[in-house]
Amino acid sequence: MTVLADLATPIIMGIFLGGLYTLIALGLSLVFGVMKLINVAHGDWVILGSYFAYTAMTMLGIDPFLSLVMGIPLLFVIGFGVQRFLLNRAFAVSLDAALLVCFGISIIFQNFCQIIWTPFSRGLRPPYGLESFSIGGLHVPLVYLLNFIAALAVMLFLREFLRRTYLGKAINAASQDRRAAQLMGINTGRVYAFAFAIAMAFAAIAGVLLGLTFPFTPTSGVSFLIIAFGVVIVGGLGSILGTFIGGMVFGLAQTLGGHFLGAVAQMLIAYILVFVVLAVRPRGIFGR
Amino acid sequence: MPQETLLKISNIDVFHGSFQALWDVSLAVKAGEIVALIGANGSGKSTLLDTISGLLHPAKGKIEFEGKDISAVEPFQVVELGITQVPEGRRIFPEMTVLDNLIIGSYNRKARSKREQNLKMVCELFPILKERKNQLAKTLSGGEQQMLALGRGLMSDPRLVLLDEMSLGLAPIVLNDLYKALREIRERGITILFVEQNVRRSLAEADRAYIMEVGRVVLSGDVAELREEEGVKKAYFGV
Repeated sequence: MTVLADLATPIIMGIFLGGLYTLIALGLSLVFGVMKLINVAHGDWVILGSYFAYTAMTMLGIDPFLSLVMGIPLLFVIGFGVQRFLLNRAFAVSLDAALLVCFGISIIFQNFCQIIWTPFSRGLRPPYGLESFSIGGLHVPLVYLLNFIAALAVMLFLREFLRRTYLGKAINAASQDRRAAQLMGINTGRVYAFAFAIAMAFAAIAGVLLGLTFPFTPTSGVSFLIIAFGVVIVGGLGSILGTFIGGMVFGLAQTLGGHFLGAVAQMLIAYILVFVVLAVRPRGIFGR
Repeated sequence: MPQETLLKISNIDVFHGSFQALWDVSLAVKAGEIVALIGANGSGKSTLLDTISGLLHPAKGKIEFEGKDISAVEPFQVVELGITQVPEGRRIFPEMTVLDNLIIGSYNRKARSKREQNLKMVCELFPILKERKNQLAKTLSGGEQQMLALGRGLMSDPRLVLLDEMSLGLAPIVLNDLYKALREIRERGITILFVEQNVRRSLAEADRAYIMEVGRVVLSGDVAELREEEGVKKAYFGV
């Protein structure tokens, strides 16, 4: 009985943490699904979002969630510009060229953050940051629940957006068959820019939640990129549901691994899982 | 009543990288016509359609539509101007429903306001699409997919439809339905330029035809004349 009760906490925590990982991975999954590009700077975009929220908090006293009113449009516009004027041109050369450009962006972002905010670790610490609440006797940090809720909200938004709007359908079409989409009158260059911008808007949201959950430094982006990779490999690239399941699996692997084998083994268990998935079903659970 | 020249291609050269695919090609399509572009694989027919659609641009020469020069225009703009290509191999969006495939066909600004009207027309032309409207496109048979591809093209409200190898892999009985639909489309005032390998069928369905070989137009004219033409008889009918 005690064993089960003991497990309850890591399980709940794992699921909620999975929400954060899903949120971080959604942008990566979207960009890959639409334009077959692995955005190796994705983690750095998320951290940029974290730093923006940090600045809004420390300099203007704005709550991190409220700062998203500025943060989302900011990352949306920058993302749109980067895809429209930089990555589109790189794509015309080759997919590898676009990958290299993303790598360059990663380096630029990391150094930019380092110059402005120094290498010291930062965190988003609003008053409710340390609150916890009870579920049936278990104490769970409020922030973890917010991670989960945010993940559900963003996934729902994405699914409805892709299903109901013309732009959403166009993104869907362009990702299935670019040439046919062009012949339907879809300006695929602009559509790709919107898709990337939306993915970066998601990164802004993920950045806020990440900053609330963990401390971060200019180079944290890499660690979370690797986690995002793990999530999309397990869940399958290009599938919203897959990314969610992947996030849950990753979060659970981490917390349960830590519970049974200690904190040191947390990430190890998670990555062994990625390894197993790659060996057994490389496409991922829901991959296309 | 003099017929308006809708599409006029004048002496174009088109390259794929450094390889020349079209040599000094000229072609004209008048409003209300059904024109066939006939030739074997590699003769440049698809390249010509892709150039009209803006996926490729001529290195030399000019393409005019409704009197406007469209040689340097982007593919999505070509659709907005009124030319839609139904590509080879159907290329419907497999993971989207039949209805969504049709809806996305009306993506361009001009076509959006006429979406319901065009949807009704497409369902009248191809009732099977209405029946299967919530099915994923990949579950349709070859003939049904071709109807969907054609319907999707019509949703963009074109004046000129370019059809690339509509008959590939389809049974004659299915083709009959498709060609019947083409005639009905023409009745509604839409002009058609179709590409085919099947000479006999093409000449039966078109008003005029162009015959291409290795990137050049070698023969052209009214189908009645072409059927009598010695070169055609020898090359394509084995007479």
